Amino acid sequence: MLSIRHLKTYFRTPRGIARAVDGVSLQMGPGEIMGVVGESGCGKSVMALSVLGLLASPPALFAGGEIRFKGRDLLTLAPEELRRLRGDQISMIFQEPMSALNPVFTVGNQLSEVFRVHRGLDRSAARQGAVEMLAKVGVPAPERRVGEYPYQLSGGMRQRVMIAMALACRPALLLADEPTTALDVSIQAQILELMLGLKEELGTAILLITHDLGVVAEITRRVAVMYTGKIMEEAATEELFDHPLHPYTRGLMASIPRADASFETDALNEIRGVVPSAVDLPPGCHFEPRCPEAVAACRTHPPELEELRPGHRVACWRANRG
Amino acid sequence: MRAPPERFRNLRAALRLWGETLRALGRSPGAVIGGVLFGLIIAASLFFPWVYTIDPLAQDLLARLAPPFWQEGGSLAHPLGTDNLGRDVLVRILYGSRVSLMVGFASVLVACGAGIALGLVSGYYGGRADSLIMRLADVFMAYPFMLLTISVIAVLGNSIFNLILVLGLSDWVTYARTIRGSVLSIKEKEFVLAAKSAGTCHHTILMRHVFPNVLSPILVLGTVRVANIIIWESGLSFLGMGVPPPMPTWGRMLAEGRVYIMDSWWLVTLPGLAIMLTILSINLLGDGLRDALDPRLRNIPR
Repeated sequence: MLSIRHLKTYFRTPRGIARAVDGVSLQMGPGEIMGVVGESGCGKSVMALSVLGLLASPPALFAGGEIRFKGRDLLTLAPEELRRLRGDQISMIFQEPMSALNPVFTVGNQLSEVFRVHRGLDRSAARQGAVEMLAKVGVPAPERRVGEYPYQLSGGMRQRVMIAMALACRPALLLADEPTTALDVSIQAQILELMLGLKEELGTAILLITHDLGVVAEITRRVAVMYTGKIMEEAATEELFDHPLHPYTRGLMASIPRADASFETDALNEIRGVVPSAVDLPPGCHFEPRCPEAVAACRTHPPELEELRPGHRVACWRANRG
Repeated sequence: MRAPPERFRNLRAALRLWGETLRALGRSPGAVIGGVLFGLIIAASLFFPWVYTIDPLAQDLLARLAPPFWQEGGSLAHPLGTDNLGRDVLVRILYGSRVSLMVGFASVLVACGAGIALGLVSGYYGGRADSLIMRLADVFMAYPFMLLTISVIAVLGNSIFNLILVLGLSDWVTYARTIRGSVLSIKEKEFVLAAKSAGTCHHTILMRHVFPNVLSPILVLGTVRVANIIIWESGLSFLGMGVPPPMPTWGRMLAEGRVYIMDSWWLVTLPGLAIMLTILSINLLGDGLRDALDPRLRNIPR
């Protein structure tokens, strides 16, 4: 249903071309939940925004590749057609529920807007739809909440409202950009539960962008690990957690704090070094400067994604050797 | 029991928000004084001439340069005295306030309208439109305002309409730049991105999501600018460029009374006082409004 092929999204900056997304390919089927993980600044969000066509160009520069959604290439679609697709077929939820709602309008007002833009409903029908959507995402007393302003809601409630807005038109694809990052852990679980339930009910495919491997393990079927705009490893979730092949993936997993670790004896594991700048990437494997297992070939030749185990692709010279 | 329709509920919620702003306004003594004073000035200019029915143009050459009633030789027939042609000063001040207030508000409306439209376009769309509008603004800022006004009035002739137009158009820059700045920060907010990702078109985003969020600085600015415009209008009237005679204006009262300042102090002092009180009340109100509309300052006890 969604097929991203060799997508290259660059940004023109005063210091040179920043390669934010550099040749990413992804396939998603209807109703599938796929996770994209990686550190901050590795191009996850830029990829999602590219799919929706929300990047201003310039400075964004689509250097190549294609994004096919239900057979249509979104990169070459007319802006007006793309706009009609957004919120109707593809929608997105964002990290910060605090700022993602307009403070000067009521929740119901903003939720109705989606129905009015895409379904052409009149005021009262749109409001009815808004109340139904609020009930569906588990907002208590939706009749009352619909007339409240965002500042009257808690963070978890606002994220529910955002999800209600995103799913109002039963889109085929939901891009969830760190939907639970700003929420506390118990609310996180509720929101994930909610997204799973709605996926079952509406058949919406979800592209879940996160840096939280715990969240990925909980709800996704497949995972792609991104680093500096490239996919390093991609596999079914269980396969990835059981047999991580890329040193970066292993580093990410090792840096999850363990509940049974002790403060005195076990230091927190980290991946040493920092993500290289997107305008000045190493010539070989991008992870090479930080990789504990790097060899000479890593420094000069960028590895390609190869399927080493069934359904498990990885881009690493070391992993390739077995 | 049926729930009240959404329209009323939204209205009530909106009224509650305004109520909060008003209450915050009420907590600042300066704003209360300014508000009450300004209210009195407006009420006096609107309604007092109905009660105090003296023709502001009627001359009474036998009662020339009569002093205010509390001075020797003054009488209650002309409570604030008369000018060199025996016209009643009080009623002329009242009619003058109509001119000043009307020119003040109308010019601000013109300036606001032009400034908001250009500022929104400039900030939201950016690019070439932005460059064009901002360079135009630079031109307006670089050009001495008095010179512009005087030359335009000289060409078009002085009428109240021309005056409003010139004052309004020379003041749009402030609004446009303020709006543009606010728009630049608002348009990066996530709710704008969220609206875009929901397929909302640019026009709707601009009018529904951006515009209401940049209104409060404009409200404050507009209030304060009314005071500025009133000063400009008085200045132009003083120079003879304002509203044409015989309509009484504060500026011209000052100009005409200037000659008699040595022995008839009330001719310049009283219109001057009227200008000062009006400006003061508007500025107090504007300051209070600024604090009340800023939620961060709202709850600070003072």
